[in-house]
Amino acid sequence: MVNTVQLDTILEKMEASPAPDGLQTAIVDLRDLFGVRHMVYHWVDSAGDQYGCGTYSDAWRDRYVEQNYLRIDPVIHGCYQRFHPVDWKRLDWSGKAARAFQAESVAFGLGNQGFSVPIRGPNGQFALFTVNDACDDAAWDRFIEDHSRDMILIAHYFNRKALDVEPGRQPEPAQPLSPREIDAMTMLALGYSRAQVANSLAISEHTLRVYIESARFKLGALNTTHAVARAMSRGLIVV
Amino acid sequence: MLRYIHGDALHHHPDLTRAMFRDRARQFRDRLGWPVTVDDRGEERDGYDALNPLYVLWQNPDGGHGGSMRFLPTTGPVMVNDIFGHLTGGAPVISPLIWECTRFCLAPGAGPHVAAGLMLGGGEIMRNFGIRHFVGVFDARMVRIYRAIGAPPDILGSEGEGRDRVSVGLWAFSDEARARVADRAGIAPAQSQAWFDAAFGTPRAAVPA
Repeated sequence: MVNTVQLDTILEKMEASPAPDGLQTAIVDLRDLFGVRHMVYHWVDSAGDQYGCGTYSDAWRDRYVEQNYLRIDPVIHGCYQRFHPVDWKRLDWSGKAARAFQAESVAFGLGNQGFSVPIRGPNGQFALFTVNDACDDAAWDRFIEDHSRDMILIAHYFNRKALDVEPGRQPEPAQPLSPREIDAMTMLALGYSRAQVANSLAISEHTLRVYIESARFKLGALNTTHAVARAMSRGLIVV
Repeated sequence: MLRYIHGDALHHHPDLTRAMFRDRARQFRDRLGWPVTVDDRGEERDGYDALNPLYVLWQNPDGGHGGSMRFLPTTGPVMVNDIFGHLTGGAPVISPLIWECTRFCLAPGAGPHVAAGLMLGGGEIMRNFGIRHFVGVFDARMVRIYRAIGAPPDILGSEGEGRDRVSVGLWAFSDEARARVADRAGIAPAQSQAWFDAAFGTPRAAVPA
C-alpha cells in the first residue's frame, strides 16, 4: 500500500513551492511512491502553448515532439475534449501508425499500461495527467481499482498548481469552505464519527460525504484525515 | 438501448438528437412550465449544452428517443453552483469525483423501464469512472419518479412550495441500488456493461509487458 503520510507530504510540498520546479520534483516523488514506471503532466492552453513535467526520458520527449506524435497518439485522441478518466486499454491501438507508435514508446522505456485523466481548465486550457506502468492486465486492473480516485484528484491538483505558476497569470482565488463544510470538518477534527456528525447536523451520511468530498478537493487533500489537518493548519477550522 | 454521447458527437445521431431536444421542450416548457429557451424548431437548449457535456440517452427499439440526461463535472460551470448555489450549504460543491446530472427527461409515453434504464446508465458512469456522487436540480414531481425506480436522491436544499418546489439533490450508487434499477429496467448487468463499452471502447488485453 502507498504510504499516505508521504503522499500528503509530497502534495503539501508541491503546493508550497512557488516555481514550476516544484511540479517536477513532486511528479518524480509520486512516481517513486506509487512504484510505477512513469507519471506525466502535460497541458496545452488556448493559444497552443504547451507545458509539461514528468518522468519520460528526454529522448522520448524530443522524439515525440520532433515526430509530432500528437497527431497519432491514441491517448491524445481519446482524451481531448473529454472529462472522464481513460484506461489506455479502451483506446483504439489497432491502426498501423498507432501500433508502430506504441512499439516505439516501449523501446523508449514506457510500459504497456496507461491511465490518463483529462482536465478541462479555464479559457480553453486542456491538460492530461498520465500514469504508465509495465505489468499484466490483472495487476493493472488492481492498481486502477485501488488508485484511480487518487490519480483523478492528483491530476487536478497538478493542474491547479500549473495554473498558479503560469507567468503573468493571477492565481485563482482559493475556494472558500461553506458553513456546512466547516461544521463537518470541525466535528471530524473533534473525533466524532461520520454517523455522529451526520446525526448532529441533521443530514444523511451521503450528504455529509458530499460536503467532505468537496472540502477535501478545495483543500487539495486526498483523504479526510489530510483535509482535516489542512483545514486546521490554515486556520479554517478551530478546535 | 443506452447510448453515451458527448456534445461534440451528437451530430452523428441527428434524429435522436433532435428528438431529445424536442422532448426536453415538451417536458421542461410544456409540462413543468420552466422558463427555458426553445428555438423555432421546438428544441430546448441552454448554455450548458454548449460546454460539450456527456449525454446518456435511452434509444427505443424503433430508434426513437425514450429519455435522456446530461452530465458535467462540478470542477467547471454547473447549474447547481451557478444558479442554485444558495441551496448547497453556502458554497459551491466542487470535486472531479462529483458530477452534475441535469435535464433528466422522459419522452411522452416512456415506460418506467426508461427512467430505470437511465439511472442504470448513471450507475455505469460512477462505477467505470470512479465518480462518487451526482448532484442535480429537480422539480418536486420528479421525487416520486426517482423513488419509484429505486433511486431516490438525498435532498441538499430546496426552495419554493408545492408543485413549484425545486430541490438540489444528490445520488450515490451502491451495488444494491445498481441491482435494483437494473431489475426495474429489465436489463442484465452484462448488457449494460456492453452498451457502456460500445461507447467508451472495449478493454482489450494490453501487449505483453
